[in-house]
Amino acid sequence: MSGRRGLLPAEARGAGAILGRALAVWLALVALALASLAMAYVPLGRGNMAVALGISSLKMLLIAAFFMRLRQAEGLRRLAAAACLLWLAFLFALTFTDLLTRAPASQPAPSDLARPPAPTTGEGAF
Amino acid sequence: MKPVPLLHEPWRSTQRQERAASFGMWIFLGSEALLFGGLLLAFAATRALHVEGFRAAGRATDVALGTANTLILLTSSLAVAIAVEAARAERRRLALGGLLAGLLLGLGFLVVKGFEWHSDIAKGLFPGGAALQGMPGATLSSSFYWLLTGLHGLHVLGGLTLLGWMGLQAWRRLRPLRSPGLEAAGLYWHLVDVVWVFLYPLLYLDGRA
Repeated sequence: MSGRRGLLPAEARGAGAILGRALAVWLALVALALASLAMAYVPLGRGNMAVALGISSLKMLLIAAFFMRLRQAEGLRRLAAAACLLWLAFLFALTFTDLLTRAPASQPAPSDLARPPAPTTGEGAF
Repeated sequence: MKPVPLLHEPWRSTQRQERAASFGMWIFLGSEALLFGGLLLAFAATRALHVEGFRAAGRATDVALGTANTLILLTSSLAVAIAVEAARAERRRLALGGLLAGLLLGLGFLVVKGFEWHSDIAKGLFPGGAALQGMPGATLSSSFYWLLTGLHGLHVLGGLTLLGWMGLQAWRRLRPLRSPGLEAAGLYWHLVDVVWVFLYPLLYLDGRA
């Protein structure tokens, strides 16, 4: 595939068009950020983290598609971007299939118990 | 500083050069995503084992400063996105103005972060500090907080350096506005923003309900 020699013509886009589109995306991002803040105070139990991360994923897609210009990109660039997500997905999926399918521990995790303060005098002291 | 030509070896067309630069930058962004992804995986796995401690530490973070920083970084990304688009359209003032705004907002992010870290230390919110005694799960969460925000801060600094360098060259007419380097610097900055977009709920919005 031979490309043209020399310079491509500059994309003829008015300042208004550039600003308009970018500002619309920014407004959506700010709205989502404030929504995630508001939702954090709604008691949803385990749903809180899921909602927050869901909103974050949406923001990531907006930034990638519009600010990082993936919407207008050719296939190779989109493939590279999708590959980032793919390998992260492998990382998380395989780790959590292990973690979440472990048999319950025979003893409680020591870190969630209140630890009595270490003695400073007497036999137990260093 | 030497002028940077728009088209250089080995490419014979600017279109292929620009695609190669973007593709290469995305590969690098993939490696950065896996860096933070790995750390976030460690965070997620540790949190799964110490949920209450992480929620307690999440409540102790300064949500006002965290939210302010999120908005600052989002606006900085906006400015850089406008700058890159304007550069492609050869609109010099809009491009340079956008880069400057993005730089100043990025510096603002670091300033707010500095104040926040100072206040965290004063409140004893660090592993071994007074506020987290007797809550080992919260201590683990705090370790992640300092590691993640510290590493992210270094990336912000690196991104600002890159943007500043490209902007300086463009301002002094040593680098043409349509140079792929400018877009690559913008891509890096947007990744830094995306990382923060994920750090924000994990570090600031946990345990608030």
